[in-house]
Amino acid sequence: MQLARADLLKAYRTMALIRVFEERVQREMSSGDIPGSTHLYAGQEASAVGISMHLTDIDRVASTHRGHGHSIAKGCDVDGMMAEIFARATGICHGKGGSMHIADLDKGMLGANGIVGGAPPLACGAALTAKLTGSGAVAVAYTGDGGFNQGTTAESLNLARVWDLPVIFAIEDNGFAEATASSWAVAGDIVVRAAGYGIPAERVDGTDVFAVHEAAGRAVARGRAGEGPTVLHITVPRYLGHFSGDADTYRSSAEKQAMRSERDCLKVFRAKVVPAGLIDEAELDAIDAEATAAVEGAVVAARAAPRPDPATVATDVYVSYP
Amino acid sequence: MPRKSFRQALNEAMRLEMRRDPRVFVMGEDVAGGKGASGEQDAWGGAFGVTKGLLAEFGPERVRDTPITESAFVGAAAGAAMTGLRPVVEIMFVDFMGVCFDQIFNQAAKFRYMFGGKAVTPMVLRATFGAGTRSASQHSQALYPLFTHIPGLKVVVPSSPYDAKGLLIQAIRDDDPVIFLEHKAMYDDMGEVPDGAYVVPFGEAGVLRDGGDVTIVAYGRMVGRAMEAAARLARDGIEATVVDPRTTSPLDIDTIVETLEETGRLVIVDEAYPRCGMASDIAGIVAEEAFGLLKAPIQKVTPPHAPVPYAPELEAAYIPSVEKIEAAVRKAVGWTR
Amino acid sequence: MSAAVTPVRMPRYGMTMTEGAVARWLVTPGETVAAGQDLAEIETTKITNVETAAVAGVLRRAVVEAGRIVPVGTLIGVIADAGVPDAEIDAVVATQSALVDDAADTDAGPVDEVVPVGALSIALRRTPGAGSSDTVPVVLIHGFGGDRDNWMFVETRLAAERPVLALDLPGHGASGTEIGDGTLATLAAAVTGLMDTLNLPRAHLVGHSLGGAVALAAAAARPEAVASLSLLAPVGFGPEIDGTYIAGFLAAERRKDLKDILGRLFADADAVERRMIDDVLRMKRRDGVPEALATIAAALFPDGRQAVDLRADAASLACPVAVVWGEADRIIPIAHTEELPTGFTVTRIAGAGHMPQLEAPAEVVRALRDGFARAGA
Repeated sequence: MQLARADLLKAYRTMALIRVFEERVQREMSSGDIPGSTHLYAGQEASAVGISMHLTDIDRVASTHRGHGHSIAKGCDVDGMMAEIFARATGICHGKGGSMHIADLDKGMLGANGIVGGAPPLACGAALTAKLTGSGAVAVAYTGDGGFNQGTTAESLNLARVWDLPVIFAIEDNGFAEATASSWAVAGDIVVRAAGYGIPAERVDGTDVFAVHEAAGRAVARGRAGEGPTVLHITVPRYLGHFSGDADTYRSSAEKQAMRSERDCLKVFRAKVVPAGLIDEAELDAIDAEATAAVEGAVVAARAAPRPDPATVATDVYVSYP
Repeated sequence: MPRKSFRQALNEAMRLEMRRDPRVFVMGEDVAGGKGASGEQDAWGGAFGVTKGLLAEFGPERVRDTPITESAFVGAAAGAAMTGLRPVVEIMFVDFMGVCFDQIFNQAAKFRYMFGGKAVTPMVLRATFGAGTRSASQHSQALYPLFTHIPGLKVVVPSSPYDAKGLLIQAIRDDDPVIFLEHKAMYDDMGEVPDGAYVVPFGEAGVLRDGGDVTIVAYGRMVGRAMEAAARLARDGIEATVVDPRTTSPLDIDTIVETLEETGRLVIVDEAYPRCGMASDIAGIVAEEAFGLLKAPIQKVTPPHAPVPYAPELEAAYIPSVEKIEAAVRKAVGWTR
Repeated sequence: MSAAVTPVRMPRYGMTMTEGAVARWLVTPGETVAAGQDLAEIETTKITNVETAAVAGVLRRAVVEAGRIVPVGTLIGVIADAGVPDAEIDAVVATQSALVDDAADTDAGPVDEVVPVGALSIALRRTPGAGSSDTVPVVLIHGFGGDRDNWMFVETRLAAERPVLALDLPGHGASGTEIGDGTLATLAAAVTGLMDTLNLPRAHLVGHSLGGAVALAAAAARPEAVASLSLLAPVGFGPEIDGTYIAGFLAAERRKDLKDILGRLFADADAVERRMIDDVLRMKRRDGVPEALATIAAALFPDGRQAVDLRADAASLACPVAVVWGEADRIIPIAHTEELPTGFTVTRIAGAGHMPQLEAPAEVVRALRDGFARAGA
């Protein structure tokens, strides 16, 4: 636990913000004001936060359909994200992308991605840019236990090793690819598979932001030092269904209850820092309240924001098109 | 003006742009050839020798051999383009884009739109296409309509060495993802090509011949056949205008319609499949926008709705021939209500 | 075939022409023609030109009817004496109409080359002409935004008397795009430098528009190198110039925009054919050309006016000077001919615009030859 107090506070603040954001989106889905569907990150917060604590804006992350947490952790504007999810003109993508395509290239967030296994090749490309320009940046490919089975991931692991790309494959294993258990769908072992490519890999408890932070620190250092890729197999709970309309009947309520009581990264964090006297309980409660207020503000602003002008339906397709 | 092959024109385009812009690099399977082997390190220069010699000038960082993993390196090209580089990727055969189609049409093509206009993805995917080399169904297709269908992509099908160089330079300088298709039977075609850099813009058709009786629209290798048919027809007093749109997306429909104001008859020659191909696309647009100019039904000259065959006799029957183009023109010119 | 039978073939005008159409026969078969008489209108993809009879005789056959496009070198007609029997004429037609005789282009035809001149590279086309080794050659210098193909209708005719050299100015045609400061002095030095490089001690300089000013500046700088000066609608004789043309030429990026702009060059704006537009666009799309043209325009035509006045230089020239101007010139007004120095001959061509060498080549050739003759070389 080598983190400075400011870093500890920041880690908790970001995790709390993601949690509140996701639970609020889940609630707002039923209001009917959010079109389409969303895939929520609640329960997985320590993963994105533990990794992003090592990253700056020059480092790139490519994300998944479950991308809100990655976006917030990478510094995307919460108001813009909420407005996007509400499909407003003020959204971070002007209402053209929605939940599954939130991106902010200036923040190094290369986009949530609607295609499972979409991120690894893109992150390899961002890592190649870093390598060819000598920027010292790294790239993170987020994918899940489902995405790890995709051919794109297999090809990317191979390419990243062959080219020694500074890329971190963050495999967030939440136990389920949609409604199918990873215990059934993933053959063998993710860490062992990575080893087959000659890529250093470790399994990390994704409810413990300290553990993620430490493992990610090793991976990022390896990348920045020109030592190539790393695989982090991060086990996390998925509190909610695969998507916002998922009745989630394939998991028992006991299992879901246990998940929340025993595998909550916010509680794990408190259990580590409060007894150790690093941060007061009250201070953390205040951060929770701030997060709630911030998300409330984002929702109010999103609801009040204008909807996109139908005349923009075919703009932004090309940079130029005669 | 110096005469150069199609292959040499393309090589020059990449070489000049790599000299001009350090962000430009090429990658693909065996674009150098010999990586990790004990012998020559520029053994192939691509499966068709188009990138030959680039390794010596630009080195292995900018001339990157890849494993045979199209999804990974095409997706990586998209990621590299989105983060500031300008990759030029070689896919040996357009047919192979089947294995990395997601990277092209769900990723690269859509970043800009999905991200509300913030992304710029300047990448070029070069691939060979086309029948005529006895390569059968998985190495011979003319798949440009597939990519034309996708908003966000630009699609180039050059028909001459001059155009090939100027269009490839434009493609590399372009800020949108470009699919650049080279007919594999045309690499040794010769033509006048200036030494320096120049561009041929997208969305501007070339008019290769002016004639008052019929407009023949053709792409790629079919342009030469259209020109030959036009020369034959001229002996019988039938004068054809031959239009090569050069790019399927954007499509210069204006020039086609402009020529129809004089000719009133349209024959479209397309090496792609007949359904949802360029012939049907152009026919549809012309029927919609210029119906009043037409004096005869639009004629399409395409292969049958069948994969490309192997046997020479079958392949000859498959590809639109000069005779078929001629016959279509005669049908259009001779048509009476 | 008897010596008195002369085949008429589809001519080649300029390097890019591969075929042409007989737009209209101006003589009916059976009519007698004089050498040099207008014979037929030939329509190329660039512009329409009138082909004149090479010999006197009777137009016995018009083999290619009006409207047909045929390759360069194709037999289009037969001129012969009235006494040659029809059977002989028919035999010529029968044996030759399927042949494409391009020999004139391959034998002593024009040669394109690129020559380094100091830091510049100058593209040129040499047409080996008649005359002895001491015949003074003619050097043709095109105008702003033009190239050597602007002379395509006059080159061959001039080559009947003397070697012809048509160059591309720096920043134009196939020449390099290095143009330095783009001033007249720099462009004139390119021309005299080219003559030095090619070992041409003396030449008749023919300049069109901007090329006229370049030729004049070259003559003023190196009078011994210039036998005579022929200026077609030259720059340098007054402040007026069509600024819309200059600005429009620089700005036009697409065929449609450029067509309107190039139309201003001609008395008949419809004379501009697609190929001419395509060729200009090709030039403008070479790396460095737009910048080079803009530099020249800024140096010589700032704010849509001519910045350089050469009238004093012109008055001090010792060599013969012929001036040719189209009466319908919309780029530089023909009024500039009104205050020319004494001794200049002036040919005003009715019905021609700013491009008399393309619009009225026969008259231009006549005026040029008169000018060369006055130099006695």
